[in-house]
Amino acid sequence: MSAGSQPALSMRGSLFRKNLMTALLLAPAALWLVVFLVLPFVAIAIFSVGERAPEGGYQAALTFAQYANLPARATAFWNTMVLAPAGALACLLVAYPVAYYLALRAPDRWRLILLALIVIPFWTSLLMRTYAWMYILGGRGIPALLAYVGIEDLRLINTPGAVLLGIVYGYLPLMILPIYVSLERLDRRLLEASADLGATPLSTFLGVTLRLSLPGVMTGFSLVMILLLGEYLIPTLLGGGKVFFIGNALVDLFLQSRNWPFGSAIAITLVLVSVVVLIVANRISTRLSGARRVDLI
Amino acid sequence: MRTFVFAVFAFLYLPIALVVLFSFNAGHHASEFTGFSVQWYGKALSNPFLVEALKNSLFIATTSALLAAFCGTAAALGLQRVGARTRALFDALLGAAIVVPGVVIGISTLVALVQLFAVLNPFLASLWPTDQPPRLSLGYGSIIAAHGLFSMALVTMIVGTRLSSLDRNLVEASSDLYATPLTTFRSIVLPQIMPAVIAGFLLAFTFSFDDFIIAFFVAGAQTTLPIYVFASIRRGVTPEINAIATIVLCASVLLVLLAQWQLGRRKPSP
Repeated sequence: MSAGSQPALSMRGSLFRKNLMTALLLAPAALWLVVFLVLPFVAIAIFSVGERAPEGGYQAALTFAQYANLPARATAFWNTMVLAPAGALACLLVAYPVAYYLALRAPDRWRLILLALIVIPFWTSLLMRTYAWMYILGGRGIPALLAYVGIEDLRLINTPGAVLLGIVYGYLPLMILPIYVSLERLDRRLLEASADLGATPLSTFLGVTLRLSLPGVMTGFSLVMILLLGEYLIPTLLGGGKVFFIGNALVDLFLQSRNWPFGSAIAITLVLVSVVVLIVANRISTRLSGARRVDLI
Repeated sequence: MRTFVFAVFAFLYLPIALVVLFSFNAGHHASEFTGFSVQWYGKALSNPFLVEALKNSLFIATTSALLAAFCGTAAALGLQRVGARTRALFDALLGAAIVVPGVVIGISTLVALVQLFAVLNPFLASLWPTDQPPRLSLGYGSIIAAHGLFSMALVTMIVGTRLSSLDRNLVEASSDLYATPLTTFRSIVLPQIMPAVIAGFLLAFTFSFDDFIIAFFVAGAQTTLPIYVFASIRRGVTPEINAIATIVLCASVLLVLLAQWQLGRRKPSP
């Protein structure tokens, strides 16, 4: 600021103007965050200790009955808690070789194009992409082709396998990107050094490449895992009401049976589980990068 | 490994390609291609419910993305001027807006708004001079606000990243040359962050246009394109849906390419 020569009073005025400006800049975002994030969250927290009104909706109360009732939706929790990590793991197994190829093997002039080709599907509608698989796995798709060669009555859609496939398909790009970033940053001299010191390609991969890409793996895994915890479309369209997720239970409770307090308790539990996943992932990442620092010294 | 990678690319694009191919199918059946036709595009675009849903989606996506771009950019600029504590609080809330699952955003907004309307509507009615007071209800407003929450957080982060890499020397030079703060902002800061703002707007638009789950909860009586498509898919796969899917896919790809191009644009040289 070039206010050094001005009298103190006007300096205070300009400080006031500066603060006012800052407040004006932040006000709309702050208002939005409070009205549409903080207040709604407080609302479902209050609802979760309430009771269902006779005609549906909410009735004030202070009870933990809703939380005690959580086992009533154990199947949804079980499916989510099994299929979300399994889906993230399956994503990882497919994504790692792709990220590895893109970061370390692909010809330079192709790299960005290939990367863009990975990102584009992620930004196109998940609904449309999941729908494409309904089409392929459904009666007139692969089953029709298989019937043609004599394999009859094979059920593909509405199975946990179909849901898993949909998950891998939908979230693959989100897993590839962070792993690609961590592999791309990798100092290639380390790979040469490892080879010079007589390590086999496999032990170089395990000891150097894989090890140094673990933070990226963790980022991708926790991102996909968090998003899967709240997934609704894939289990609905490819699981056909047989593979229920927590998201399905929430839609059912809020829009069909109108049991808002119980739904709120499930929603709060879901958020808490997500927070735990994030904290665990953060811990592991910190430890991984800590280990890396020690290794390098 | 190359074979595997190409198999993955095929895995990513084959389903999309099939949907596009069958949207041009002359016949009704999904299993055989019986000739080229654009009839399903005609059918889709003359379906009034579908066109209505499309219009709603375009209106909602544009409005919420504009609001998000405006408020998000303002917030990113404001965050440059505050202390570490305010910043950390904002960062935590913005992070929460991004991380909290869409289902939870949807239901909590629904619950809070319904409760708020239950209080506000009688209040408005008591104040209103005539017998037909305006009734607040779920609809455009609630979808726009709920979509905007995520988008605004996204814009704040994208623009914030750009701001932190901005060349401070230029800003100082500008004020040393007696430019007013407004002039400095208009001719130095704004041109440099504009690509990030536009990219944020486009990503916000795409997100809102594609979102199903949040809108499903807070739409009230309104229908958006994903809600319409979801409802028709549950009734059965039709070539008409293939046509809509193709249009939406093409539009999303165009928007994302535009956003990437904006983000990748070099800063204008001083």
